Amino acid sequence: MAETAIQLGILVGYMLVTLGVGLVAYRLTDRSPEDYYLASRTLGTVVLLFTTFATLLSAFTFFAGPNISYRLGPEWILVMGMMDGVIFGVLWYVIGYKQWIIGKANGYLTLGEMLGDRFGSRWLRVLVAVISIFWLFPYVMLQQQGAGTAVEALTGGAVPYWAGAGGITLFMIVYVTLSGLRGVAWTDTLQGLFMLGMVWAAFIWVGTAVGGFGAATETLRGLDGNPLALGGGAYTPAYIVSTAVSIAFGVTMFPQVNQRFFVARSRAVIKRTLPLWPVLVVLLFVPAFVLGSWAAGLGIETNVNGNVLPPLLLEYTPTWFAALVIAGAMAAMMSSSDSMLLSGSSYLTRDVYRPLVADPDERREAWLGRLGVVVFATLTFVASLFQVGTLLEIGDTAFGGFAQLALPVLVALYWSRTTRWGIYAGIGASQLFYLASVFLDIVPGSYLGGWSASVVGMLLGLVLTVGVSAVTTPSTAEDPSVYEETVAD
Amino acid sequence: MKSRTEAVGWAVGALLLVVLAVPWFMWGSDTVVAGLPVWVWWHVGWLCLTSLFFWAFTRRAWGLGIEEVSTRG
Repeated sequence: MAETAIQLGILVGYMLVTLGVGLVAYRLTDRSPEDYYLASRTLGTVVLLFTTFATLLSAFTFFAGPNISYRLGPEWILVMGMMDGVIFGVLWYVIGYKQWIIGKANGYLTLGEMLGDRFGSRWLRVLVAVISIFWLFPYVMLQQQGAGTAVEALTGGAVPYWAGAGGITLFMIVYVTLSGLRGVAWTDTLQGLFMLGMVWAAFIWVGTAVGGFGAATETLRGLDGNPLALGGGAYTPAYIVSTAVSIAFGVTMFPQVNQRFFVARSRAVIKRTLPLWPVLVVLLFVPAFVLGSWAAGLGIETNVNGNVLPPLLLEYTPTWFAALVIAGAMAAMMSSSDSMLLSGSSYLTRDVYRPLVADPDERREAWLGRLGVVVFATLTFVASLFQVGTLLEIGDTAFGGFAQLALPVLVALYWSRTTRWGIYAGIGASQLFYLASVFLDIVPGSYLGGWSASVVGMLLGLVLTVGVSAVTTPSTAEDPSVYEETVAD
Repeated sequence: MKSRTEAVGWAVGALLLVVLAVPWFMWGSDTVVAGLPVWVWWHVGWLCLTSLFFWAFTRRAWGLGIEEVSTRG
């Protein structure tokens, strides 16, 4: 009981701090859409680093990541490091820095806007937004579902699932509509630091409690398949590489991450951020996933939600500490969702409503953006109540879906001969292929000894974008020069 | 062309960083060093190297492939 009170106390405390930050941020906004969605492109190094970090990694670090290391072995550390530490870092320069320059020069707020302007196509803009929302919507729904389940478990059923998910949704609506990106990024920063501290404290605490890191790690040697040995079981080279590649490229096209490419204050901010990134990634993942693996060696059973970190902490650390980490994890879930809501709303209002329905003035558009947050959050919440199988499947395969966008976008950014038909073909065909691999039994999900359909689809998108561009001529509305901007500061 | 050779050099470097983030040559090894599997230590060291590589890139070649593209039309 005391444990529940502590957990709820910490959660409520986090919410109040978040709300406070949101209010301060609200006082600083100038009511334009650029300010609401991108904080007027003013983020500095620490905030940019941590908002990207927390948005990308939070809920996964506490739940899914350790669970995978628990079931399959600690090699997941390598998958995440290759994916987020190295490949995403390189892409942050290749896609992100390029986007920052042309975004700043041309005033782009979204990916769809950036593509639609270059290819002179309103429908391309709408298509990219619709595809993104298609994959984002169920993913946000999964977060709300996770939050609802966690609150229900935390209170021993006293707060039912719908009330937990609904309460957290309502809370997010309030502070995201208030504060926009500035507030979201500030809370992410607090959140990221808190998360990092908690994971290290847990790692040291558990390691010490079981008689040292070496002793904890050696417990794995006796298990089936010896998880200490690199590779084996689920981890084949094809699996490791295709997972890392697909998710890293997917992450760059996730609306809330892609939009962060636009928000740095200056070139110097990005230059300072990039070298810090791989270190931050390794600092978080090594302890988090080693903990998951230790749990397997120590014979810990997962809890009713299928998570392993909470029971591990309850076994080896005091109740208050376990509560702190668990409540922190729920807060982490919120910090991912709030960014997704904001970006989802910007895609909805700027790239669907604006081109198809009406072109509002700036002030009105900022209000529409807030309305978009309310609509998006409410719909995902309602969907989370029904737990539709199809939606769950889309959410689970979202990274692969976003990955299909990455290579056509990359080609468009660097190759001025890319044509409208080329990018339509690359984006359209890879999406259809990937969707078919997820939903149709006749299209396999794995090729040539373990390469995922996502990677195959990415290659298809690349070949089609280049091939179709080569045999078609650009229409008069296309303007490659908008991507040739070189002004850096 | 100096910048072209340089670009290829940095690209090959980046590719090597990606490829060797997993120590393939330690496949099957279960040696534990200082409390963690030896291949986890390789990975930790490798990501620190990645960090240094990124830092060197920001100092020596930032803008490569992006900023020096000539502005046309």
